Amino acid sequence: MNPYRTQKIAFSFLFLANLLILVLVGVIVAVIVQKGLPAITWQFLTDVPRQGMRAGGILPALVGTLYLVAGAIVFALPIGLFAAIYLSEYAKDSLLTRLIKLAIVNLAGVPSVVYGLFGLALFVVFFKFGASILSGSLTLGIMILPLIITASREALESVPQSFREVSLSLGASKWQTIQHIVLPNAIPGILTGTILGLGRAAGETAPILFTVAAFYLPQLPGSIFDQVMALPYHLYVISTQVPNVDEKTRYGTALVLLALVLSMNLVAIVIRYKFRMKKKW
Amino acid sequence: MTTMRAVKEFVIEKLVLLCGLASIFFVVLIFLFLLKEGFAVFKTVNPFAFLFGKSWYPISDPPQLGILPLILGSLIVTAGAAIISIPIGVGCAIYIAEIAPRRIKEVLKAGIELLAAIPSVVLGFIGMVTLVPLVKTVFHLPTGLTALSGSIMLAFMAMPTIVSIAEDALYSIPKTYKEGALAMGATHWQAIWRVMLRAASSGILAAIMLGIGRVIGETMAVMMITGNAAVIPHSFVAPVRTLTATIAAEMGEAVVGSEHYFALFAIGIVLFVISFGVNVTADLFLHKRQQ
Repeated sequence: MNPYRTQKIAFSFLFLANLLILVLVGVIVAVIVQKGLPAITWQFLTDVPRQGMRAGGILPALVGTLYLVAGAIVFALPIGLFAAIYLSEYAKDSLLTRLIKLAIVNLAGVPSVVYGLFGLALFVVFFKFGASILSGSLTLGIMILPLIITASREALESVPQSFREVSLSLGASKWQTIQHIVLPNAIPGILTGTILGLGRAAGETAPILFTVAAFYLPQLPGSIFDQVMALPYHLYVISTQVPNVDEKTRYGTALVLLALVLSMNLVAIVIRYKFRMKKKW
Repeated sequence: MTTMRAVKEFVIEKLVLLCGLASIFFVVLIFLFLLKEGFAVFKTVNPFAFLFGKSWYPISDPPQLGILPLILGSLIVTAGAAIISIPIGVGCAIYIAEIAPRRIKEVLKAGIELLAAIPSVVLGFIGMVTLVPLVKTVFHLPTGLTALSGSIMLAFMAMPTIVSIAEDALYSIPKTYKEGALAMGATHWQAIWRVMLRAASSGILAAIMLGIGRVIGETMAVMMITGNAAVIPHSFVAPVRTLTATIAAEMGEAVVGSEHYFALFAIGIVLFVISFGVNVTADLFLHKRQQ
């Protein structure tokens, strides 16, 4: 066969593969928006669930997720950032560095439900935190750690070597150089990674199943040792565990969760884009 | 003054090192706690009977704790997802890396990123309300909650991983390879098919492995759409239950310290070992490429 015809056919198939994904993603988002939007009212967002979750709103789940995400980031950002600084600025090309990188890859690959088991064994049972915001946040924090390390490290490493050399040659110490030269230039990248981590933590269900999520708890938490409802778990519950929930309510909950996660991703993409435009090197 | 500064530098350096070691610490900690809780099950069931036992009745008396149906459930769903996602995923990667014009490339990458960002519980929900009824009517089944539904949904979750890593692999091939092929009169497609895919093969293999790793570990979507029947699967269009879904569905009812609880942790060990193996092997492939 004519090689140019083969090429045409092959390229068409490759194009179709892309189109397929794009269309399906578009359809998924469109369906959720279209069917979920009518459910979104001020009351839906600010009321507690009523009548066995068949009516009322999703406030406790929304607030619970925000608490969990905040807790996760408070734990994961400092450790992740310092770990990234170590890998980018201090680590030599040694066996230890190789091991750390391998550990990060593995941490990123551990199934989310295994994080749930780990959180249950360590925080809930061993440390006796019980099923609580604290246990859930720590579990989610460890889960997003590799994401934050990888993103921060890339951001730090993209700062040109010459910046460091100039600073060091002026008599600044290594830490002063990092603090005043490297970090400020890497902030957009670090921010992007952090926000993506937030989005990931907000959407995960399996790690919070046994560490914090409450089936039905129509009140706001009083302390970090309380259980809370969480948006992804709430969606799971009303779609599979509670019969006869209004379809509108399910789609509405899915939409709020999707909007929360996607808006975080959007912010991250915008920051990255702006930074790329402004980049001076 | 100078000593103060030296001390500060020293303290910070050690602190930074400590955080650097945190990843290793957590991986080891996860494994140890899985072992601590999971190993207890082997006091009552021998490891062989646990892995290859054909019945999973954790709450009967005495409990029967054989996870073969669950392993096969995971395998069949994963195999289905792999068959769907590998050709489409690698195809997308080739198109994005080689063929698409700049503008379209940005749109496609954003779309893939969007797909990666959708929480699995949302995909599970969408699968439940759209895909499951569809599978039911197309195959005339009593229920659409089948391995096939799970495979289709999981294929989508594997796609972003496969596409982005395979695309990186294609990018990192030296330009001269392609130019050489084109200079000898090959068409663009011939250059891609005969030269670039081969040069990037280890990276693409790593992409596929990591994609499949993601599928094996996926929990929520699978639990919502595969029907959760802990029996040895005989067909693609029958309900199955995976390793991950078993943990997620049953841990809530298992009493802490019971045999059931230990057994669920032992399943966690199996999952951890699988993901460890997949990630280490994929990492080796990626490293090979870089050299």
